[in-house]
Amino acid sequence: MKSMEELVNVYFRPGRLPHLWCPGCGNGVILGALLKAIDAEGLEKDNVAIISGIGCSSRASGYVDFNTANTLHGRALPISTGLKMARPDLNVITLSGDGDCSAIGGNHLIHAVRRNVGLTLVVFNNSIYGMTGGQYSPLTPIGSRATTAPYLTIEPSFDILALAQAAGATFTARATTYHVPVLVDVLRKGIRHDGFSIIEVVTGCPTNFGRQNKIGAPALMMEWQKDHAVPRAAWEKLDDEARRGKFPIGVLFERTDEKEYTKAYDEIIERAQAAKKEETA
Amino acid sequence: MGRVLLLQGNQAVVEGAIAAGVRFYGGYPITPSTEIAEGMAKRLPEVGGKFMQTEDELAGIGTVIGASMGGVKAMTATSGPGFSLKQEMIGLACSAEIPCVIVNVQRVGPATGQPTSPAQGDVMQARWGTHGDHWLIAVSPSSVPECFDLTRRAVALSETYRCPVILLMDEIVGHMRERIELPDSYEHLPVVKRKAPSVPPEEYMAYADTDGSKVPAMAAFGSGYRWHVSGLVHDETGFPKGTPAATKNSQDRLREKLAKNEEDIVKAERYRADDADVVVVAYGGAARTAYDAVDLARGAGIRAGLFRPITIWPFAERAIGELTQKAKCLLVHELNCGQYVREVERAVKGRVPVRLYAKYDNEPATPEQLLAEIRKAAEGIKEGRQ
Repeated sequence: MKSMEELVNVYFRPGRLPHLWCPGCGNGVILGALLKAIDAEGLEKDNVAIISGIGCSSRASGYVDFNTANTLHGRALPISTGLKMARPDLNVITLSGDGDCSAIGGNHLIHAVRRNVGLTLVVFNNSIYGMTGGQYSPLTPIGSRATTAPYLTIEPSFDILALAQAAGATFTARATTYHVPVLVDVLRKGIRHDGFSIIEVVTGCPTNFGRQNKIGAPALMMEWQKDHAVPRAAWEKLDDEARRGKFPIGVLFERTDEKEYTKAYDEIIERAQAAKKEETA
Repeated sequence: MGRVLLLQGNQAVVEGAIAAGVRFYGGYPITPSTEIAEGMAKRLPEVGGKFMQTEDELAGIGTVIGASMGGVKAMTATSGPGFSLKQEMIGLACSAEIPCVIVNVQRVGPATGQPTSPAQGDVMQARWGTHGDHWLIAVSPSSVPECFDLTRRAVALSETYRCPVILLMDEIVGHMRERIELPDSYEHLPVVKRKAPSVPPEEYMAYADTDGSKVPAMAAFGSGYRWHVSGLVHDETGFPKGTPAATKNSQDRLREKLAKNEEDIVKAERYRADDADVVVVAYGGAARTAYDAVDLARGAGIRAGLFRPITIWPFAERAIGELTQKAKCLLVHELNCGQYVREVERAVKGRVPVRLYAKYDNEPATPEQLLAEIRKAAEGIKEGRQ
């Protein structure tokens, strides 16, 4: 595998750095892991499209040398879907944040999952709206402080992978920015999956989540990830009591019994053209 | 050779889109535009294209923008409530210069309004619906054959000028059935292709005006030209740029790329207008009443004519201004409380009186109703009052 420096030289667009992420932000770790995964999978730059929504995470698309788009808040998935329909041969990777994906873009999420469009969705879950300065998202843990929750949040948060699974997901995975080898591994598997894959990455926002919630420095947020994430194999052996407050990482669900959407659509084209032929014959 | 058919305007839009090379449609069903979605669902896969019924209106235009980025001509259709929902994405298509066609078959609004009744209340929304300064094209057909022609033209304009084009219809034209003659095959019809880069990938700048046309060449995603689409203000590289100059330059070019091609873009029809004292200004379904009303007025000894903007936006400012050289009064007839009339007044600058016949009660005017308004206008001229 290439070193990070080599990856930067190969995949970063010259002149686009420095990035806008704060010191201690996990987004760079995720982008680095994504490049490792793309490189390890041997994908050609021309055949990769990175489509993002709006937010800190979504700025990632602009830094890297692929076919890229930084679109609108919540709308990365429909735009990715349209692109995939036009160009099923492309590896379309969608980058989104917890707010982008589960709040304003929540409707698109469940339907992209349901259709099993061949997209790889990477959800940068930093538990907060970072770009706008620390408002709570649907993935902010209940009881957290946010600039729009000065008296703590009272809303239960989504488990976005359980949500996706209920919507009919064919691939779900989770990793953290502490568990980079796991992250690279699930990204590679998600890219390879022939259908819709959703990968939740738990990442830290020291500036706008950590500070408000007195979690503290970036390293402490990483330590929190280390202490709370449990590899799936170990997770299976835990009872409910031991699981409390923790979460599993790795590939959590995968099935291959459903056709990828653009491939299923090819059958529509076949049926329509056969019917047309019959009509004109 | 051709086929003579009895089609709805909405069905003619479908055929026009297929003939223009549209190969992707994403949309959400809504009255009175649904026949377009239904027609595209049947016709697109026949020609190897793809149709998607999306989860909502936003995803409809979102998939269209994505498909267009992939180099496929793409279209969506909707009506008032859905048109409101699509506005943010129309802004993205303006800013990132992604060709796409958005059909709005207008119905009575606001809100749910009257879903199956005609209106033209979205004419200003078509121009200013999305936030921020922006420039786009809107065209409005008045007949079923024109639905076919203008859909093709909308696609061509969108591809040529890299901007969203609104095909602004109304329930009258969308649901009206008329005779239309279509070619057996669309293969010989000219199809406009967007301008491809003339430089190798390493020299390609996605938003550079390389030929003075102000319209940058557009590479499809996956064509070997890797570039960045952004709804942030960007410079000619396509990457975000926050300087005052970048913002101004970007706005200037987006405006000028349409302004300098106005002659190609802005079209209108003149019916018995050359010597007319009273010129009716009407577009889309409302114009259908005007032909008969003008004939009736002529029969009654009133020199009446019709000026029908086919391109609604950009506004036919010069042509409307020129009407005042002959006409003694302009009578704007529209199916709303009076929207386009203000644009007409701006162009006329008080040189002649501008009257309004606004109809906003679910029903189009009859020729007799419009004739009565033409008579009032003619009497006003005679008495030298407005």
